Amino acid sequence: MSNNPTTLEPGFRGVAADWSADKQAFPVPWGKAMMWIFLLSDTFIFTCFLTSYMNVRMSTLDTWPNPSEVFALTVAGQHIPLLLIAIMTMVLITSSGTMAMAVNFGYRRDRKRTALLMFATAALGLAFVGMQAFEWTKLIVEEGVRPWGNPMGAAQFGSAFFMITGFHGLHVSGGVVYLTVVAWRVLSGFYDRKGTYETVEIAGLYWHFVDLVWVFIFAFFYLW
Amino acid sequence: MDQAVRQESVPEQSHGEHSAPRATGHASGHAGEHAEGQQHPIKLYLWVWVLLFVFSAFSYLVDYLQLQGALRWTLILVFMFLKASVIVAVFMHMAWERLALKLAILVPPLALLVLIALMAIEGDYTFLTRLASFVN
Repeated sequence: MSNNPTTLEPGFRGVAADWSADKQAFPVPWGKAMMWIFLLSDTFIFTCFLTSYMNVRMSTLDTWPNPSEVFALTVAGQHIPLLLIAIMTMVLITSSGTMAMAVNFGYRRDRKRTALLMFATAALGLAFVGMQAFEWTKLIVEEGVRPWGNPMGAAQFGSAFFMITGFHGLHVSGGVVYLTVVAWRVLSGFYDRKGTYETVEIAGLYWHFVDLVWVFIFAFFYLW
Repeated sequence: MDQAVRQESVPEQSHGEHSAPRATGHASGHAGEHAEGQQHPIKLYLWVWVLLFVFSAFSYLVDYLQLQGALRWTLILVFMFLKASVIVAVFMHMAWERLALKLAILVPPLALLVLIALMAIEGDYTFLTRLASFVN
């Protein structure tokens, strides 16, 4: 088959022939390319959330609640701003580190270490979701924040907060399930039989993306 | 570190066997016969991990020290971009991918800058309209 446009089939038959042709654009496993494209679409979703948050925050006449104070914790009589969020950030970064090493050990065919590091990653993810549940409870019960209003200022604070962190939390929760399943398969020797550990790297891409999104949420929602 | 950033050979396109081992280079020290996929020294990951901790600590300090105004926003954005870059480049292995994949994934998000700009203009307009209509 030649790629000379004059000899290729025209019209819709040509479209079908082109799109079904045995050509590979990206020299990576197809699952990895598809995961990247999924993450690209997820980037657009999260950016839409963050952009709408920017829009409502810019356009409101009420003062925006100060996140530094809203998310402060009192530990041993000391008032520390954003403490829980800082710990959550560290936990997520640590989980990204363990995941990166799991991918490495996966390609070295070290089943035990790969599975162990992935379980550790999932456990850290679970810890993150747990802390988020604590944060939500504190905000709803003690501070009286609702999606339609709050005692501290602009009503949009609640809806933006619940929407953005909720969607991110769902991603983390889904990631915990995903990683647990893949780690289980690593341990059972599934990928040795399959002949490749690329699934571990693909799962890793998803997990690092969750960490990546948190970087932006941390900067724009909690610090701004 | 330069040892890891270098890509000696491109993963060969596998035609029949889906799981054909792919040599990506720079794994010579430890990989043995199972050289495949993305293999980089653990040390590199630990370095990035430390780097992420440091950047996060700095961005937390921005709030802790209650820096305000342009300095605050600049520092927040700088640390955010530094963190995002090392996560994508090293943890997600984008630094070692082919240019075609890099462009396919990294260029489309630039369209979002247009969305952000438009929504910023719109938000500003809404604010001014509300100011004119609801505040005496």
